[in-house]
Amino acid sequence: MTTTIVDAVIPRGSPLPEPPARRPRGEPSRAVRPAPERYRNPIGKYRVTRSARCDGCGLCVEACAYGVHLRPEAYALVGRPEDHRCIGPSCVQGGDSCIDRCPQQALSLRLNPNVECLGDPRWTADLILSTWHQAATGHRPPPHLEYRRGASGGGFDRLRFRFEVPGTAPCRFPRLEGGAVDLGLDLNRRDDGRPQVHIDIPVYGGGMSFGSVSIHTILAKARAAAAWNSFSCTGEGGYPDRLRPYDDHMITQVATGLFGVREETIQRVRIVEFKYAQGAKPGLGGHLLGDKNTPAVARMRGAVPGNSLFSPFPFHSVYSVEDHKKHLDWIKEVNPRCLVSVKVSTPTDVDMVAVGSWYAGAHIIHLDGGYGGTGAAPDIAKKNIAMPVEYAIPKVHKFLSAEGIRDRVTLVASGGIRTAHDCLKAIALGADGVVIGTAEMVALGCVRCACCESGRGCPRGIATTDPELVGLVDPDWATQRLVNLHNAWREEMVDVLGRLGLASVRELRGRSDLLRLLPD
Amino acid sequence: MPDRYHIATAWTPGRFFRTGRFGGIDWREDCSRCTNCVKLRCCFDVYAHEGVHDRDPLAPVGTLNECKACFSCVQGCTKGLLGLSVNPEFLEMGDGYWTPDILLSTWEQADSGKIPVSGAGYRGRFTGPGFDSIWTDMSEIVRPTRDGIHGREYISTTVDIGPKPMRLRFSPEGKLLSPPAELLELQIPVVLDLDPRSCPNFPLPLARALAAGRLRTVAMVGAAEAARLPAEVRPFVVPVLDAGDASGHAAAGVVDRMAELVDGPGLMALAGAIRRAKPGAILSVRLRLAPATADRITALMREGFRVFHLSADPHGCERREDGSPGRHIRDALRDIHGRLVDSGVRDEVTLIVSGGIALAEHMAKSIVCGADLVGVDTALAVAIGCRVCRGETAGGVLPGDRCPAGIEGADAAYAAARMVNLMGAWHSQLIEVLGAMGIREVRRLRGETGRAIFMEEIEREAFGDLVRVGGEGETA
Repeated sequence: MTTTIVDAVIPRGSPLPEPPARRPRGEPSRAVRPAPERYRNPIGKYRVTRSARCDGCGLCVEACAYGVHLRPEAYALVGRPEDHRCIGPSCVQGGDSCIDRCPQQALSLRLNPNVECLGDPRWTADLILSTWHQAATGHRPPPHLEYRRGASGGGFDRLRFRFEVPGTAPCRFPRLEGGAVDLGLDLNRRDDGRPQVHIDIPVYGGGMSFGSVSIHTILAKARAAAAWNSFSCTGEGGYPDRLRPYDDHMITQVATGLFGVREETIQRVRIVEFKYAQGAKPGLGGHLLGDKNTPAVARMRGAVPGNSLFSPFPFHSVYSVEDHKKHLDWIKEVNPRCLVSVKVSTPTDVDMVAVGSWYAGAHIIHLDGGYGGTGAAPDIAKKNIAMPVEYAIPKVHKFLSAEGIRDRVTLVASGGIRTAHDCLKAIALGADGVVIGTAEMVALGCVRCACCESGRGCPRGIATTDPELVGLVDPDWATQRLVNLHNAWREEMVDVLGRLGLASVRELRGRSDLLRLLPD
Repeated sequence: MPDRYHIATAWTPGRFFRTGRFGGIDWREDCSRCTNCVKLRCCFDVYAHEGVHDRDPLAPVGTLNECKACFSCVQGCTKGLLGLSVNPEFLEMGDGYWTPDILLSTWEQADSGKIPVSGAGYRGRFTGPGFDSIWTDMSEIVRPTRDGIHGREYISTTVDIGPKPMRLRFSPEGKLLSPPAELLELQIPVVLDLDPRSCPNFPLPLARALAAGRLRTVAMVGAAEAARLPAEVRPFVVPVLDAGDASGHAAAGVVDRMAELVDGPGLMALAGAIRRAKPGAILSVRLRLAPATADRITALMREGFRVFHLSADPHGCERREDGSPGRHIRDALRDIHGRLVDSGVRDEVTLIVSGGIALAEHMAKSIVCGADLVGVDTALAVAIGCRVCRGETAGGVLPGDRCPAGIEGADAAYAAARMVNLMGAWHSQLIEVLGAMGIREVRRLRGETGRAIFMEEIEREAFGDLVRVGGEGETA
């Protein structure tokens, strides 16, 4: 048997060591900075067309307050319209728009035909464009974009806050100004001697494994979480060492496949999450198709490159609540300072599952509804298995309240939280906070083309392990996009809570009386 | 893996030109021929494939439309010359029920025999009518087998058709008096049903019979067509007979293990003729699913029938006397199943339901609502390229020379292979649903409405205390 130099240092069969973590260029900051789209031609809702009649007079440059028409210095002609900035017919109705003022009548306005290929009922084109705007600017989108809800016709899209419904009696509390509204949340309510963990916004990032998304995406999520004193999650693909600087803002996941789970990584973090099930494919294990299982991914997971990886379902060591408790006790023993979150899907008995998890010692119960998810999933599972989270939240909230334990556990919800309004509606239905996934991906430029699961993966460079495609996303830019998105959501949440007369997001929990249900 | 638990599928690409969802718009006259053209960087090589297609003299007219609408080229083009649009031909396919998305998914399953998998979560409406307002349950800790659905133990999808004795009778000496049960065991809870559009030239009867043989199920075939099928496929063929066939085909030995009799005035005479000609054959009665079906089943049980095939319209609804659609299978079936349970006879009866079974989830949800198994009809034609052209579901079909998919010319072996692939994909999806629920055999799924979530019920439970608003403000 021959022994190489490498064998002498690293015993054959043991995993290769991770490269040393690079220190970040600077501490993540929650300061809003412009982070415009990384593509040459941003997509807007409207298309402004300049015909050959244009004589370059430049009146349109003067007329447009939104920067649609630009004439670079020393240029005789006006450039191609930056029509992604156009606010559309509401501007034209004023009578002083570029269309009205063009003496040659060379300009025309219409809906951008590309937009009809963008989005779907859950994530409409407006929602995608408005999320991009929030990620680019850090602030609320202009009014021509419907940024609060989608067009799915049910769930969050049928709910409104009372002030959004004409004819509703005004709130009896005075409107509060932004500075007086607190969005913070304490996550440990068990009073069990473990440390308190506070987050500054009622939102944290969901689990996305190394393999399902790129390392740049993971890093951006972690940095944004650190900036906002919140959390991101590793998913079940192991804990890349490049996340070490953000240990205090990472949740590491113990899922049914136990991919990349090591006691050492469990000891790094303040929250460990047990994933029993996930909303994208309730009742099924995680899927990573072979194309995305590169050598780096396989090394992290202790798997063979190129093989599709299917996590079993469910945990094969758990047959009862008592077994579940043993699992949690194991984690608590390994890491005495961590909180334990239990991520479950939404079966008919989700309320009983929640009580069982509380009994087993969970600090956080994470409900992942059936309409969420970002990675590969059988189409039949996405739509048909387990209830949407909108129904599961009040069911669990009411049951925990009736059992007298609602204030001793934190309830977070995910699976279709797309906007700040969805977040607040979930809280009004009974959650303490929410977990997001797709919204972050959209902020990074995802168009929801659904091609993330195989082949080279995401053509936008977000959910891919292809070295060339990974390079499409710069981690610093991506971090800023997510920081901006969180700020825009924070501003929106503060505004809504202020309109409701609530001084803190904690006061909103379970206040379903502040919601109105629209007809089918 | 034992044969009975596995459906062997093989890649069988469609021989028809398929219509894609997105089309590219390319203003080539303004192209600056820059060296970093986005077309060369397409992740899916869409432009390269279209180039090959354009230069192929034998390729069908029309563009490939393989675009995935990732917008990378649209947003990256140096001069902004590229755009996308939804292909109007794509939107023209099918109808309100057989949507273009269903057709596309069916074609892909018939190509590969694999479960459709995609990323980015659910993309559709929150709920819809019929099957779209049911969610099946899942269990966090209960699993169907020791090692999951991909392990060494298997989830059974086997169902039986035929009269089932509720108890065995023995003589005082301990001798079995009950006759042995005559049951037809199918590997999957599916029969391959008649094409509701009655297109005589389609290769469907022989293809269905061949596919049924490989799937270990049965194909429903018209009596005249059944008589023309080769003898080796007869065990997998169930002739559908009406009163006019009483003395002809039945006596000629068309019936092998089972026959289906169309409900009507001559039903009893027809049944008597077949019982005399083929005493051991299972007789099923094909009924139009209608508001009075439960009463009719009760009456027919008194005449000794125990197998009923309930035929809904192509959109899965009851057919009323005036021709208008009634309740959806979802509600009609729960009513019929409940009536039979209340009467204490449900386990004696086999219920087959067909019409509007377009997706694997429809099969699972029909069984949850009370069916023992389903009949698949239009989906089989879709598997070989049918686009359910407008008007076809109303009973008409396009003449062969106008059929855009050229189904008429498809050979039976190719059509059967694609049907097997489609059913293989459905079988795998059924196992996913059963696995998520922790159920080990499909027979236990029948009528398990407690393991399903119905939209009206869960909305009442979860949103019942919310203030509702109508067009005129708050209503409750």
